[in-house]
Amino acid sequence: MTAARLFLLQRASAAVLALAVLVHLATIIIAVRGGLTAGEILGRTSGNVAWLAFYALFVIAAAIHAPIGLRNILREWTGWRGRSCDLAMMLLSAALLALGLRAAWAVYAA
Amino acid sequence: MSATLSVSVQRGTDGRRIDRFEVPRQPAQTVLDVVTWIQREADPTLAYRFACRVGMCGSCAMTVNGKPRWTCRTRVETVAPDGCLTLEPLRNMPVVKDLVVDMAPFFAKWTAAHGVFTPRENLGADFAVVPPSSPERRAADAAIECIGCGVCYSACDVVAWRSDYLGPAALNRAWTLVNDVRDGHARERLVAVAGDAGCHACHSHGSCTQHCPKSLSPTASIAGLKRAVLRATLRGEL
Amino acid sequence: MQAHRNHPGWWAALVHRLSGLALAVFLPLHFLALGTALTGADALDRFLDLTASPLVKVAETGIVLALALHLALGLRVLHVEFLPRPERRTRAFVAGCFGISVAATLLFLLNLTA
Repeated sequence: MTAARLFLLQRASAAVLALAVLVHLATIIIAVRGGLTAGEILGRTSGNVAWLAFYALFVIAAAIHAPIGLRNILREWTGWRGRSCDLAMMLLSAALLALGLRAAWAVYAA
Repeated sequence: MSATLSVSVQRGTDGRRIDRFEVPRQPAQTVLDVVTWIQREADPTLAYRFACRVGMCGSCAMTVNGKPRWTCRTRVETVAPDGCLTLEPLRNMPVVKDLVVDMAPFFAKWTAAHGVFTPRENLGADFAVVPPSSPERRAADAAIECIGCGVCYSACDVVAWRSDYLGPAALNRAWTLVNDVRDGHARERLVAVAGDAGCHACHSHGSCTQHCPKSLSPTASIAGLKRAVLRATLRGEL
Repeated sequence: MQAHRNHPGWWAALVHRLSGLALAVFLPLHFLALGTALTGADALDRFLDLTASPLVKVAETGIVLALALHLALGLRVLHVEFLPRPERRTRAFVAGCFGISVAATLLFLLNLTA
């Protein structure tokens, strides 16, 4: 994966996340009024395919964006670089994808 | 206000020795005046660089009170209102002695970034006609005034964190050539700047732009390189 | 702090990086918390009860601030990199990013304590 391709993935996922985070922040600010319960969250997401699709897309974009960002921090602020660092970031990406899609499914299927 | 300035100067090659001098104040004094006084009147072993002393050559660049600047264009009353000056060599470059740095690695990166003009094959015998108002020429002209002083390179945080990063000056020069319609090595240049230590390592901090004595914006030039590489990548040319 | 780093672009970049780091650490925990709903709404409610303490509320506010900052400053990066001319008025721009993020976080805090 070249630097140019990583840059493209980082910026493209950033654009997707920009929209997703705007929606997410608005949802958080509105939903947190008077406290947050499971019923309130699930009442919105349970059985709702639109929210499932939204969160799935959100998770995929985050799973691309975060590890690339972390890779920069590691290479510049710690001594860790090279194949082992890249591998660790790929594993992190897979973990975020798995946990994230699992969470999106959890609030859809509950 | 005291009649003298308190000046600390980094000496040697490893940065561990600091010499202190009391330098007489003069009206409209520049930091170059201060360094020159020290070398002529106090310590002739002090090594430092200057040439034109009028802000044209960039030879006098060094770190003044923590910031990379041209000493000939830095008024003492501006940077040291309290009369305390700290002089150190430019950051991110190997120290030759005292305030003199080895700029060879800096210029080696210009070559590595393909910051060299190579004429196109089919230019013909006549002069190339390049309208100054064309978008490419305007983009090149906005960045062309770089004199290779090294201040941006010294200010760059990414260069400090990654010694292999090509740096703002080399990439800025490459950008002027990307926009030079007479140049024939467009693809080689994009390959050179799109490497692991190339333009994508820039995070747009803007330290280079903040400190450039010629008010250039390597940040903008590097952003242009990122866009050019992106376009070429999407077209499958890279 | 180093004198040559005391400029708006540096602060913007530092806060952008640190907020991203905080979010990257937070995200797996967030996913695990929501994943408790797999065993039913009660499991999620039991987890949410754990978050009732004021310390957690402060941390949540911090994460919302981190999210807003990372978004705003990230949008600025996209603007700097994809607009064909140099950024003018960096100081004002960065101040705007910080201002909008704090405003959004205050709105969150207002609703949190409603």
